[in-house]
Amino acid sequence: MRFVDEFREPELISRTAEEIRRLAGDRHYRLMEVCGGHTHAIYRFGLKDILPENIELIHGPGCPVCVLPMGRIDDGLSIAQEPGVIFAAFGDMMRVPGTQGSPLEHKARGIDVRIVYSPSDALKLARLNPQKRVMFFAIGFETTAPSTALTLMRAKAEGIHNFSVFCNHVTIIPAIRAILDSPDMRLDAFIGPGHVSTVIGCRPYQWIAKDQRKPIVVSGFEPLDMLQSIVMLLRQLKAGEAKVENQYKRVVPWEGNRAALRAMAEVFQLRPYFEWRGLGFISQSALRLNENYAAWDAEERFEVPGVRVTDPKAAQCGEVLKGVLKPHQCKLFGHECTPEHPIGALMVSSEGSCAAYHNYEHRKAAMVTSLSSIA
Amino acid sequence: MCLAIPGKIVEISSDNTDSALVDVVGVRRKIDLGLLQDDKPAPGDWVLIHVGFAMSKISEHDALDQMNTLRALGEIDGAMQEVQGYGLEDMN
Ligand code: SF4
Repeated sequence: MRFVDEFREPELISRTAEEIRRLAGDRHYRLMEVCGGHTHAIYRFGLKDILPENIELIHGPGCPVCVLPMGRIDDGLSIAQEPGVIFAAFGDMMRVPGTQGSPLEHKARGIDVRIVYSPSDALKLARLNPQKRVMFFAIGFETTAPSTALTLMRAKAEGIHNFSVFCNHVTIIPAIRAILDSPDMRLDAFIGPGHVSTVIGCRPYQWIAKDQRKPIVVSGFEPLDMLQSIVMLLRQLKAGEAKVENQYKRVVPWEGNRAALRAMAEVFQLRPYFEWRGLGFISQSALRLNENYAAWDAEERFEVPGVRVTDPKAAQCGEVLKGVLKPHQCKLFGHECTPEHPIGALMVSSEGSCAAYHNYEHRKAAMVTSLSSIA
Repeated sequence: MCLAIPGKIVEISSDNTDSALVDVVGVRRKIDLGLLQDDKPAPGDWVLIHVGFAMSKISEHDALDQMNTLRALGEIDGAMQEVQGYGLEDMN
């Protein structure tokens, strides 16, 4: 495939793959990549075909669109139907199904739905439309939450009151904890998220190494980054060690980004609990606006139904999100549920494992042929 | 959306030092520097941009690598469309 030629340093890649094969020997290892960006990259680059069979990659909960339960989407869309409201959200959200259809389908029915690239663009919409009420549907892990926080600080400083945020920001550490606590989950080590770590740094992972005795390596997104991270994990596992290591030093400072953490602390407070698709209710795993920002909190300003909605019965998004099932093992995969007609959010986002699997895995035959020249 | 885009700072606004004009492979847009308060970038510096906010300073070499990764991931078109703010950038 064309993108294989775009790999930098193909010899280094094949040497690293060789090293992995040597380190892995004939033991089976289960490594979880926490971040959806990694899931996308793994499929896109065909890493599974470079890796030996006994290195199993389990996809983690790090796709913010995928872990959001349908009830929250319904809640957001119910606000969108209030008079004079503009519903603003990232492009990733637009095709995510709610009970009554996706935001895009609501737009087709005449609801004012806008795609924004940035929370600051949503604030700009509020400035440009003083007679409207702009509600930003915020999603994302710690990578994105500081940007929402800073936008709210700007709204407060400027006194923009026709702007509010429906906050669905989640935090990665409690999700990893929930996965480690779940009895059907056997994992050997973690590939740590890259961009979340630019904000939170590497320290918050230390309990994974210390208390749970699992190695974790914060990794970049290039094929070589991920292969090197796997080498680092295997070296630890072979030596019986469990440490936090940072493969992505060129972008991730060990201490994270203090200014971003300050902005989050200024605006947000932890929710006592929050529902995650597939993982259920996880305590202290999500953020909401604190009382100083209540005037900009869509959950304070609007009537929010707050109904819990279960996913369609046959959909197995939960099991796939937990890594218990592979995407193609879901009964709906590729038949009822496709990127064109998604039933679950995992089929919508490019970071969702079902979409990634669907988009790339069926080209496997072509890839294997061309990869045999490198691997 | 978790993948960040590299951009080069062209100009920092004179009336608001948290606002900068960046160049992302020829496309220019305003971004917010508020999250780099502790280590302010200067014109000519490269930053990683996520949802319109500079997240970290990076070297030119790493910026070009990141661009290659996005290209290889097939995310460039989407990323560029995002950077252009779906048309909102022009509506000042
Ligand atoms: S194939 Fe569709 S329904 Fe099944 S787990 Fe994936 S997104 Fe959910």
